[in-house]
Amino acid sequence: MTTSDEPDQEPVAPQLVRPYVITNGRNLLGDHEFSLITLVTAAEDISRTGNLDPEKRRLLELCSGGYLSVAEIVGHSHLPVGVVKILLSDLTEEGYLFTRAPIPAAKLVDRHILEEVLNGLQARFG
Amino acid sequence: MAFKPALDDGVYLRESVQTAAKILVVGHFAVGKTTFIGTMSEIPPLRTEELMTQAGEGIDDLKGTTGKTTTTVAMDFGRLTLSDRLVLYLFGTPGQQRFVQVWEDMSRGALGALVLVDPERLEESFPVMDLVEHYGIPYTIAVNRFDDTETHQDEEIREALDLLPETPLVNCDARDQRSSANALIVLVRYLQSRLR
Repeated sequence: MTTSDEPDQEPVAPQLVRPYVITNGRNLLGDHEFSLITLVTAAEDISRTGNLDPEKRRLLELCSGGYLSVAEIVGHSHLPVGVVKILLSDLTEEGYLFTRAPIPAAKLVDRHILEEVLNGLQARFG
Repeated sequence: MAFKPALDDGVYLRESVQTAAKILVVGHFAVGKTTFIGTMSEIPPLRTEELMTQAGEGIDDLKGTTGKTTTTVAMDFGRLTLSDRLVLYLFGTPGQQRFVQVWEDMSRGALGALVLVDPERLEESFPVMDLVEHYGIPYTIAVNRFDDTETHQDEEIREALDLLPETPLVNCDARDQRSSANALIVLVRYLQSRLR
């Protein structure tokens, strides 16, 4: 069996808006505090959204139903990863979003996390 | 609005989830990464797209351009809520050397990697194994058996892939949930054994 649906070499539809236009010219490269598995949700009081750019407002709306990872926000919004990270970073600074940080690198080898992963897999599929 | 998924179909995480972990599912093109993720994920698999700048071909310079091109790298991923407070993400990561920028990002914060191999095309797994080893990601080999004909024995595969004795090798069928979950369990047990 060969899977033909893998994304590796697929052509991708062109962007309608160049990414740096959406981000007001901010650089797409460099370090951001957001990783793909940072969990994000909208703050409870988000009444003053009138001044937000349309893309930011749409991301905020997507985040308003509960926690999602940055990767899921990227997947649902169909925006590039770098653009989403910048917009989410702005929204967080502006107080619209809350985040739950991913596991710090030093704790990755934490036996508790591995044990929890193992127990979870065994409970669901064992 | 098309942007927003339906709210009632398990799109969002449970309120109690505090921690997110990730495991990479890697392998060459068409080895079954997307199938594996689709089998294991509790949500329909999603795709991320990242813009990457690459050094261009020499011909670009002749035309007076900057010699750089932008390409898009796509990755499929899935989600598994494993407890009230922990969610695991499985990221299918392409195995080509030209995606090193993606690998730098993906290796950061990964618990480990499951390397899917096709027993009939072992040599195509060499570049991806070079990458996991280069980035120091602990891994387990999952031999994706598309049918029951075991033409290659485990020992032959270990030898062909030049595995260390401690590197686990497990057979799995990426279309089967129990079999795929077992491959992840073997990987996590191996990650635990490295701590002892």
